[in-house]
Amino acid sequence: MTKYILKRIAWIFITLWIVATITFFLMKLLPGTPYTNQAKLSADQIRIMNDQYGLNKPLITQYWVYIVGLLHGDLGTSFQFNNQPVTYLISNRIGPSMQIGAQAMIIGTFLGILLGAIAAVKQRTWVDSVATFFAIVGRSIPNFVFAVILQFFLAFKLKIFPIALWDGFSSSILPSIALAMAPLADTARFMRTEMVDVLSSDYIELARSKGLSSWQTVAKHALRNSLIPVVTIIGPMAVALMTGSMVIENIFSIPGIGEQFVKSILTNDYPTIMGLTILYSAALLVIYLVVDILYGIIDPRIRLSTTGGKE
Amino acid sequence: MEKILDVKDLEINFHTFAGDVKAIRDVSFHLNKGETLAIVGESGSGKSVTVRSIMGLLANNSNVPNGQIMFKDQDLLKISARQMEKIRGNDISMIFQDPMTSLDPTMPIGKQVAEPLLIHNHMSRAKAMERAEEVLELVGIPNAKNRIKDYPHQFSGGQRQRIVIAIAIVNYPEILIADEPTTALDVTIQSQIIELMKELQDKIETSIIFITHDLGVVAGIADRVAVMYAGKIIEYGTVDEIFYDPRHPYTWGLLNSMPTLESQKLYAIPGTPPNLLNPPKGDAFAPRNEYAMAIDYEAMPPFFKVTDTHYAATWLLHPDAPKVQPPAEILRRHELYHKYLAEQAKGGVPADAE
Ligand SMILES: Nc1ncnc2c1ncn2[C@@H]1O[C@H](COP(=O)(O)OP(=O)(O)O)[C@@H](O)[C@H]1O
Ligand SMILES: [Mg+2]
Repeated sequence: MTKYILKRIAWIFITLWIVATITFFLMKLLPGTPYTNQAKLSADQIRIMNDQYGLNKPLITQYWVYIVGLLHGDLGTSFQFNNQPVTYLISNRIGPSMQIGAQAMIIGTFLGILLGAIAAVKQRTWVDSVATFFAIVGRSIPNFVFAVILQFFLAFKLKIFPIALWDGFSSSILPSIALAMAPLADTARFMRTEMVDVLSSDYIELARSKGLSSWQTVAKHALRNSLIPVVTIIGPMAVALMTGSMVIENIFSIPGIGEQFVKSILTNDYPTIMGLTILYSAALLVIYLVVDILYGIIDPRIRLSTTGGKE
Repeated sequence: MEKILDVKDLEINFHTFAGDVKAIRDVSFHLNKGETLAIVGESGSGKSVTVRSIMGLLANNSNVPNGQIMFKDQDLLKISARQMEKIRGNDISMIFQDPMTSLDPTMPIGKQVAEPLLIHNHMSRAKAMERAEEVLELVGIPNAKNRIKDYPHQFSGGQRQRIVIAIAIVNYPEILIADEPTTALDVTIQSQIIELMKELQDKIETSIIFITHDLGVVAGIADRVAVMYAGKIIEYGTVDEIFYDPRHPYTWGLLNSMPTLESQKLYAIPGTPPNLLNPPKGDAFAPRNEYAMAIDYEAMPPFFKVTDTHYAATWLLHPDAPKVQPPAEILRRHELYHKYLAEQAKGGVPADAE
């Protein structure tokens, strides 16, 4: 198992290097410069700044400098935002984003699994219909609409939560809920399908024939087996959360990474865009690794084959 | 002989979009204590539905308009779900057809075998695991002690079926139902599993209902045989009576389609079973029956008595029916049987029937 994980980690670094390379050259190909929005700069000023940022050295030298910097954990200096180092910009803002993302993920998957399981056990009853209805609503309404609705009623009208103010845990609840809607709906739908399948399988009938009640059967046999495929959607869901959080952070004025990303793109701040791209890729690769390890924990068949153990 | 299970006038329908499937049509049979009753019939004849009704595991779309399943003075069709859970896996348990899919792939086998003990007896986890190990040893899992933490995928099909059997017998049930337990296995493993079931029957003194569509398997294990067709039992008797003196043309057809040493080519009964959405009003086998008479299409034949233990539902047994000549293979069996009976009466060595 350790060998497998180490191998995967090596691959993560290789992948990140490829991502860094591709983003680097793509950025160079894109039209527009960091100065596009700043018409007041004279040609001389631009030349001086280009020198300062090393932008008129040969491309390959720039690339080399960038990669060496990366290896030292240096993502370069932002073109905007007061010339702050990109690493500083990111580390300052990663906390709120991680918090909201993690909370949304936990709410989404747990409630989704619960909702899906209940719908499956009570399949073709009104309970199932209600659960399906919620899943469709959760899936089809964009999360920023939820965000606005939640903000209007719970923060503005009822004043239970702060409005558009980043101040500790209570202000993270509404954005987390808004962000959790889509993963919740997806997990619930997927879980229901899997569980309906599992519930009609032979080993469930055998479990029933042992004298287990239907709820015991679900808890002891159906749940774990239904979770195996559900784990697969966690990866793509995390991607959706990351992109989804950009809008949510904006609505709730959360000083997070998503907001930073949007600003950087609008101002052609290449170093920050590249830094964030690499960060997102790294986060995704780590999530996929965690998902695979989770897989092994839930499904003994996979655990053994990845360790090269006895068959 | 003491009856341990008595099924009377059982009718089971399944509600479907196309209409009601009349899967079990007035079935009665009983199981004597300590015996093995085989239920045979083509696939779709209602064998699984019959035993699932005994287990209380019928699908949600089922409906039982009529019948009784008497076990220890209680009607299993009338008791609550909670009471039925107490009986399942304790007094009555079941072995399923496909060992590759009937074990939970995510649970170690020791735990799966121990589960019925934990549900039905107030037994500590450690004690239950110890018992599970003993029973796994009993069903022939070698080195069971070191394998209770292994998962199903680490065992072969035959071993998995032994584990399924271990789960079924761990509480020493009074009735063991085996629904085609060997169908998914290859021939050598089949006979091992049959041997195992016979041994276990002696050791734990259980009564067995053994379901199969393969009469060849029956001879080795059954005391009595019931033949099912289109949701009805059409003939039943002792294993010798069914094998060597069958009376229903459907039983003839089944026996005829068994591969024997002499006949290389396989006979198959022509045609297909009727659609149970609209079962025919007469003998459901009539359209496939070369001996069918006009009355077979008009009225359902009642059971005619052949001996005290042997009954068949065919108009051919009616006193007014014309005498017909059964297929050659059946006659050969009949002859063998009579020679065998005669030799037994003389106290000689039994002829090697079959
Ligand atoms: N849940 C169900 N809904 C509708 N029809 C069913 C259901 N279960 C069984 N049947 C029908 O009942 C009949 C008997 O099935 P079964 O007992 O499984 O046959 P077998 O003798 O092969 O075990 C078949 O025609 C089958 O299609
Ligand atoms: Mg069947």
